[in-house]
Amino acid sequence: MSIFVYIATMAVVTYLIRMLPFTFFRKKIRSKFFRSFLYYIPYAVLSAMTIPAIFYSTGNIITSVAGTAVALVLAYFNFPLIAVALSASGTAFITGLIIK
Amino acid sequence: MSSDFTRGTVNGIPIALGYLSVSFGFGIKAVQSGLSPLSASLISLSSLTSAGQVAGVDVIASGGTLIEMILVQLTINIRYSLMAIALSQKLDRCFSLPHRLLASYGITDEIFAVCSAEKIITPFYMYGMIIIATLGWVGGTFLGAYAGQLLPDAVSSAMGIVLYGMFLAITVPPSRKQKGILTAVIASALASILFYYVFTSVSGGFSVIISAVTASAVCALLFPLKESEETESTK
Repeated sequence: MSIFVYIATMAVVTYLIRMLPFTFFRKKIRSKFFRSFLYYIPYAVLSAMTIPAIFYSTGNIITSVAGTAVALVLAYFNFPLIAVALSASGTAFITGLIIK
Repeated sequence: MSSDFTRGTVNGIPIALGYLSVSFGFGIKAVQSGLSPLSASLISLSSLTSAGQVAGVDVIASGGTLIEMILVQLTINIRYSLMAIALSQKLDRCFSLPHRLLASYGITDEIFAVCSAEKIITPFYMYGMIIIATLGWVGGTFLGAYAGQLLPDAVSSAMGIVLYGMFLAITVPPSRKQKGILTAVIASALASILFYYVFTSVSGGFSVIISAVTASAVCALLFPLKESEETESTK
């Protein structure tokens, strides 16, 4: 299958998700369960995408775990997104140099 | 009108800088997964999501079906519907149908967060922010996809963790504050681990969907939202 079919599918689905409610929605969702479910979904999705994939993200489990540990600590102390993301990478890089 | 545009652009600069570094990581990852720099940039331009694009590239790299792609994008990006609904309550009167059709393209986590601070949102405020943020996102992807090939292996492989680091930065702080989010995050991670090591025949995209939907449904039952929690939601 052509890669452009995949790309178009991603784009159309993502656009519709944003456009339909933004354009046509006028009321509030009443179901408490559904509202709660939608509230938790982004965090659950990010978590499932991150773990365990993050441990293999650099191609070396030791450097990945080191980067993950630093990211967890910085995230815990509310550092900005970019700081956490780049520190994880920097730590993985430095760890890679050390264990070589 | 033009001052709204300028204000939106200025407020969008921090977003663009953040996007630039994160999408650099996406560009590298996409090329490592076998995509061309052009395809990677096209994905960033047409989708403008972070997690959704990473998952989408995984589906492409593993030769998944279009159904899988659709379900993956729906699950990961459905949060934008919530944000769109929240923003739709604050739109200026001049936000006509064509404006809505255009501006909805740019509803991302960060743009949503900044726009939420407005009392009334005008179309050109959103356009200014969306344009500069998109420049950062697509530009970073393009640079990452190209520089990723030029950089030494040690650097580009270390960049592979950038996006996951950002995901941790999004999930960890609210987990400290709300038991429901903490439970959702841990339950979803455990389910994902189970799929990764035990039920290995389930593809990556579906394992994310099943893990996240199950964890969120359980948490919605155990920790239904109070009104106060909802207003400070989804940043």
